Amino acid sequence: MYPLQTEVMTMATKTTAKKTTTAKKTPSKAKKSTSKFSKATYLKWYKDMLLIRRFEEKLSQLYIQQKFGGFLHLYIGQEAIAVGTVSAQQEGDKHITAYRDHGHPIALGTDPRVLAAELYGKVTGCSKGKGGSMHFFDVEKGFFGGHGIVGAQIPMGAGMAFAEQYKGTKNVVVTSFGDGAVRQGALHETFNMAMTWKLPVIFVIENNNYAMGTSVERTTNVTDLTKVGLSYEMPSFAVDGMSPESVHEAMEEAMDRARRGDGPTLLDIRTYRYKGHSMSDPQKYRTKEEVAEWQEKDPIEHVLRVIKKNKWMTAKEIEDVNNWVKNEVKESIEFAEKSELPKPEEIYDDVYQEPNYPYIKEYLA
Amino acid sequence: MKTVQFREALREAMSEEMRADENVFLLGEEVAEYNGAYKVSQGMLDEFGAKRVIDTPIAELGFSGIAVGASMNGLRPIVEFMTWNFAILAADQIINSAAKMLQMSGGQIGCPIVFRGGNGQAGQLGATHSQSFEAFYSHVPGLKVITPSNPYDAKGLLKSAIRDNDPVVFLESEKMYGDKGEIPEGEYLIPIGVADVKKKGSDVTIVTFGKIIKVAQAAAEALEKEGISAEIIDLRTVRPIDYAAVVESVKKTNRCVVVEESWPLASISSEIAYHLQNYAFDYLDAPVKRVTQTDTPFAFSPTLIEAALPNPARVIAAVKAVMYK
Ligand SMILES: Cc1ncc(C[n+]2csc(CCOP(=O)(O)OP(=O)(O)O)c2C)c(N)n1
Ligand SMILES: [Mg+2]
Repeated sequence: MYPLQTEVMTMATKTTAKKTTTAKKTPSKAKKSTSKFSKATYLKWYKDMLLIRRFEEKLSQLYIQQKFGGFLHLYIGQEAIAVGTVSAQQEGDKHITAYRDHGHPIALGTDPRVLAAELYGKVTGCSKGKGGSMHFFDVEKGFFGGHGIVGAQIPMGAGMAFAEQYKGTKNVVVTSFGDGAVRQGALHETFNMAMTWKLPVIFVIENNNYAMGTSVERTTNVTDLTKVGLSYEMPSFAVDGMSPESVHEAMEEAMDRARRGDGPTLLDIRTYRYKGHSMSDPQKYRTKEEVAEWQEKDPIEHVLRVIKKNKWMTAKEIEDVNNWVKNEVKESIEFAEKSELPKPEEIYDDVYQEPNYPYIKEYLA
Repeated sequence: MKTVQFREALREAMSEEMRADENVFLLGEEVAEYNGAYKVSQGMLDEFGAKRVIDTPIAELGFSGIAVGASMNGLRPIVEFMTWNFAILAADQIINSAAKMLQMSGGQIGCPIVFRGGNGQAGQLGATHSQSFEAFYSHVPGLKVITPSNPYDAKGLLKSAIRDNDPVVFLESEKMYGDKGEIPEGEYLIPIGVADVKKKGSDVTIVTFGKIIKVAQAAAEALEKEGISAEIIDLRTVRPIDYAAVVESVKKTNRCVVVEESWPLASISSEIAYHLQNYAFDYLDAPVKRVTQTDTPFAFSPTLIEAALPNPARVIAAVKAVMYK
């Protein structure tokens, strides 16, 4: 991770001359370490990343067929971040992210059935059909959402870490957000307090270089996002987000720092979303070549290559995993489609903890 | 009973709840070492230490978000805003995060949190420092909004707010912190959402809340001398509103005036008037009238302040108008 940081930093300086060449920021493949991780880790990464991808591929097709509505922000291309984070974590650690939130719960082990049901707005959904794609929650698995306001989860994640520190646990909170969210005031206020109070939080920029159609270069004079952390003297590193190994290593070190009581870390994880911002994005702001260049570094392909090279799975076994994933997705959709929609009167559930809140009900009568 | 200032009543409420529950803590600007911008938290740092009485930087959005996150993860924060005007910067976390969390998570995560601080005008502070937020926050499902008018209610309601599992907006006033009133020696709670009949009367109902109740009380006293008997209802909570108390009173008096510190459009007074025309239409002998602040930002000069605010004369005029006198 450290060599990469300097590497990316020099690249960032170079790119200022010609601001449109985002491909130059692509971290080199050569820096990936593959020795440290076990067969089991690779198999799990493969399975989880494939499940995230196939789940989203299939569900986005159904979205296009108008089987369900709302916004749909796909995580495809960014899967290594979710799985590399989860493999590095310990029990009790917690996560919070933005609306691009399908990958995290799947990596954490949430049943994709309840996620599909949530997309369909069904009562069996992970948020009882009240959150939708942008507001997945699974507290039991340590997943605290799914938040639709760009940057709002940054202070919330720090606050969750504040609670861990207050209660004296060793748990850490991984707070994820996009490169666009880095420009919110809430981030700066939070970084300042998180460093002052040494909160056990890891701030993760899932840096896919675009906020909708606006590239990092177009919204700032400081394109190296690690510098944003450095201005609060927060340990800040650039990480190759196409490599679950790099993510895991960076995360493990950041988590150790937080558990030791030494406070937050900022990880600027360089990644790419292969699909549009949401389902209605014509993607005029980038070239096909740029997308293809990143796809060459695809994390699923990479992990599969390592598995094959080490002969950890036979062709048959790989096929079995692929089929298992396919079936999980198929059953998730069946589950979602079969499930019930919420009843109108359930609109009054879960708004207040108080069971007898006196709503003004005249309009439904 | 004992006599305390409004600020002491608030402090007693917070301190008692912090003694009873380790997970309750206070944060905000100047709450710890400075003892509170309005001395509400005086001495609390000494008793509870820096872990539980926390000075923040001037970052309303950030520290409110941190408090919301803490409330999502097992703690029960009390957030003090120096005034509610500055909490506009935190409105995202109050409205988008705290108020929505329980529903959006399908009941998985609630936010037991109290946001409190000075609300409304406090003299010659100009437009940015003089706003009342009762109507703003009462508009938002998921929140509860409390507007105490005296030390007794302040303590009992704040204790209830801290124990409440839903997010609560608690609106105080710089102009009330020094007010004195009697409270019991021992512990007591006042339920959220229950109005209080401050004065019995038979000719007209005056509905009000927060510190502007003093204007209504002065008007009622003067009216009494003219033989007009006004009943005063202090809503105490503006989300939820105790509509039944209002309707019951109007069924008896058949006339109503609402007195509100803030602006007229989309206000608590328009809500009360709507409710009465819908649920007490046959009992009303006159249209509901209201006395509110002028429909303008709050200006600096004393003459403009006088022009802007409800005063006893305006309340008396409104009462006489609904009585056709
Ligand atoms: C406060 C706020 N402003 C604007 C939006 C609309 N919006 C949704 S996503 C987005 C872009 C965010 O980009 P980034 O943070 O890089 O995350 P990414 O979508 O790339 O994962 C915008 C502007 C919003 N949801 N919230
Ligand atoms: Mg982005």
